[in-house]
Amino acid sequence: MRLLGSVFVFAFLVLLLPAPAAAEKIFNAQTFTLDNGLKVVVIPNHRAPVVTHMVWYKFGGADETPGKSGIAHFLEHLMFKGTPKVPDGQFSRTVKKLGGNDNAFTSQDFTAYYQNVPLAHLEKVMEMEADRMKNLVLREEEVASERQVIIEERRLRVDSRPQARFQEQMMSTLFINHPYGVPVIGWLHEMRELTREDAFDQYNEWYAPNNAILIVSGDVTAKELEPMAKKHYGPIPAQTVPERKRTRAAPIVAAPRLVMEDARIGQPVIMKTWRAPRGEDALDMLAEILGGTSTSRLYKRLVVERKLAVSAGANYEPLSLSETTFSLYATPAPGVTVTDLEAALGQEIALLLDKGVTLEELNAAKGRKRANLTYYLDSLQGPALLFGRVLTSGFGIDHVENIVTRLEKLGIDDIGQAAATVFKGEDFPVTGILLPKAPPPAKDAKGATP
Amino acid sequence: MIRTLSSLRLIGGFIAASALICAWLITAPPVAAKERAKILDVKSFKTPSGIEVWLVSDKSIPVISMNFSFEGGLAGDPAGKPGVARLVSILLDEGAGNIKSQEFQSKLSDNAIQLGFTAGRDAFYGQLRTLTQHRDLATDLLQLALTQPRFDTDAIERMKNANVAQIKHDMGDPAWLVARSFNGMVFEGHAYALPGAGHLASMATITRQDLIDYTKAQFARDNLKVALAGDITEAQAAQLVDKAFGALPEKSDNAPIAFILPKYAGKIVLYPLDTPQTQITVGGAGIARDDKDWDAAVVMNYILGSGNFDARLMREIREKRGLTYGIYSSLQSMRQSALVTAGFATSNDKAKEAVGVLKQEWQLMADKGASEQEITDAKAYLTGSLLLELTSTGDIASTLNGLQRDGLDAEYINRRNSEITKVTAADVRRVARRLLKAEELTVVMVGRPADIKADILLDRPPGMKEPEKK
Repeated sequence: MRLLGSVFVFAFLVLLLPAPAAAEKIFNAQTFTLDNGLKVVVIPNHRAPVVTHMVWYKFGGADETPGKSGIAHFLEHLMFKGTPKVPDGQFSRTVKKLGGNDNAFTSQDFTAYYQNVPLAHLEKVMEMEADRMKNLVLREEEVASERQVIIEERRLRVDSRPQARFQEQMMSTLFINHPYGVPVIGWLHEMRELTREDAFDQYNEWYAPNNAILIVSGDVTAKELEPMAKKHYGPIPAQTVPERKRTRAAPIVAAPRLVMEDARIGQPVIMKTWRAPRGEDALDMLAEILGGTSTSRLYKRLVVERKLAVSAGANYEPLSLSETTFSLYATPAPGVTVTDLEAALGQEIALLLDKGVTLEELNAAKGRKRANLTYYLDSLQGPALLFGRVLTSGFGIDHVENIVTRLEKLGIDDIGQAAATVFKGEDFPVTGILLPKAPPPAKDAKGATP
Repeated sequence: MIRTLSSLRLIGGFIAASALICAWLITAPPVAAKERAKILDVKSFKTPSGIEVWLVSDKSIPVISMNFSFEGGLAGDPAGKPGVARLVSILLDEGAGNIKSQEFQSKLSDNAIQLGFTAGRDAFYGQLRTLTQHRDLATDLLQLALTQPRFDTDAIERMKNANVAQIKHDMGDPAWLVARSFNGMVFEGHAYALPGAGHLASMATITRQDLIDYTKAQFARDNLKVALAGDITEAQAAQLVDKAFGALPEKSDNAPIAFILPKYAGKIVLYPLDTPQTQITVGGAGIARDDKDWDAAVVMNYILGSGNFDARLMREIREKRGLTYGIYSSLQSMRQSALVTAGFATSNDKAKEAVGVLKQEWQLMADKGASEQEITDAKAYLTGSLLLELTSTGDIASTLNGLQRDGLDAEYINRRNSEITKVTAADVRRVARRLLKAEELTVVMVGRPADIKADILLDRPPGMKEPEKK
């Protein structure tokens, strides 16, 4: 059964976040903006006569009206229902008939729709995507049945997995007074109350050309695309769109410690997560040095040398419109307690703050990032996804194209300072501990022994 | 369960929840094609040492991908010790020759060389991806890994621990439990029923010698298939392949496995688990890849249960009734068995209704086949989308390796469209009647489904064993 996929594909992209190969531009992305404010990015790739066509809206879970959690994602599902021109779920059916694939995804900061199609059908999917930017039609019974679908999706992704429920709690604790504390899929009790009107309220307010980015990657140039984009997206009028608000998270003045015990958790895990500034190359390098590969510090020290853990790593998510997170995590080796492992993580942080990182570590990390960036070119969707995330996070095209130059300037002192801003900041980190719960002692437990 | 090495080492049993959620789950679509004279220019040739290679050269990006396979796979695990092939797959890059574990890993990651292995049911797979500039180093490391793996005691313990952590994690995961329960029951008593990652008892007893024996028996030239794509010429590819594989023994030593038809036809199997949803997999006997009706079955399956909103199962169970987030059917062809399956999750109180609808759809397709319109649309997708599956060197090499394993020729990919186009409504009806037997489906559930009377109640996942208590 292959019933789980996309989430991890995109998560992987984030972990590998770029780092390129010389002072020249990496993707040679071309851009222009239509009169109605639609920003267009073209990433030429002429290996095969295929394209990926994406529209990204600068509207995500964090932009929702309080009390309507999950509406951005619900609207994303409802966008496949139909318009007067393309009614009754014919959008996806048409894409399939053209030999294409389509889907959509929602995060805290964006909602994105895409179609991968043979080049010959680019204009057709563009016409349909432009059409549903403004002409959505929803019947009450479609909304009711789709609400059940998103509730089943929540049960599948979150409620059936203690680890995922725990992660929601971690984010809520980290982001006090900040919309990132509310899960994108929504809280179940609020999802149940979402209506057709709620969906239209958000659609009418946020879905507009001046609040969207069109990204096309593949066998096409900006010159070829421009007339097509003008024809289909050009006539849609610009409108006033609300300012995207991200309240500032409140300080974490007491040390939060979350513990979950569940019979379905097979292995203990300890994690420590800090709020961290977004878009910091130095933190990206620090995460790579601490925990990006099986030769990085945490794996080498805790797993290979001290044998305290079976796995260990670090994660920093640079792309975000507002604050983001820096995390360390580890799973204890047999016979090691999470308390021992927590102490060992603390020692690694102390060592880092005391001695910093070495030039050798930094250069190796930069080299890995640069080399891995070439692999982005060996893909149709990879660069388009990257640009979409970067632009909806409020960064510019150069944030991607110039990364090599920026990395070259980074020194070990920059890494040390970045480490201090996270690990010596005023806010406490959130410590999370997942523990297996032994089943109740049962004398008649069939199958407890082989 | 296929997991990348890095996830086993770094994430170990806990995958941080991502903020991204999709309109529906993405499944890998079947191989298909588009109207153009040649989909791919595949060269097929023998190296000086006699290994057949398929190659698609493309100099546009300085990347080379190679996918290869040794027939055998999990079936090569010694009796009572499932998990040997899995351990080999995660230990081959833990040091080889004079290069110890951390040094080997550094050579890979510092040069962005991606080397990975996976133990599958019928074959042991390898994948190598490198930048052109590191081609020679990548070749040397692969050759060492295949011929002189160190299997240091320390590394074995470390990767066993990581694998045990993964097994313990999996045993609480409803999606894994339903797959384990399904495979364990329908293939009961057969090598295909064994858990690929092994179990806690086998992890306690597998020795270094077991790992060495596995590599000696399985890695040979007579069961090897190799495909390459990317920035490499025919001469360079021949050199790479001979360097990497030329020193392997000529013959592998695989015990044959018997053919098996799925068991527990018509039965409901339940593994009770306290979750809000029931995970369900249903299945019955399928169709072999070399059957003359395979293409008709692919078209039929697309109409029945592809990820398309318009596929019948998706339309009836998700779109009309909101019973699930996603439902898919698939054809699985193995060397010694074949299945047609469908899988989904639904809330516990809806499980009975959802299985009822699924069986109706199964029966309807068997009785009436598909309409001309459905067949035309299915062919349009299957033939139109092949190029989309071939947009990276990794996709191309992996697709070609799959075709090699299926016994097809190097030109097949350029004939694929015309073969699909030949399928008629009568073909679809015939194959549907033959494959879709609603009353013979084995239904496996994990959860607390309401009003379901199970024929077989499991108290543990089949095939999983604990170590002997001392």
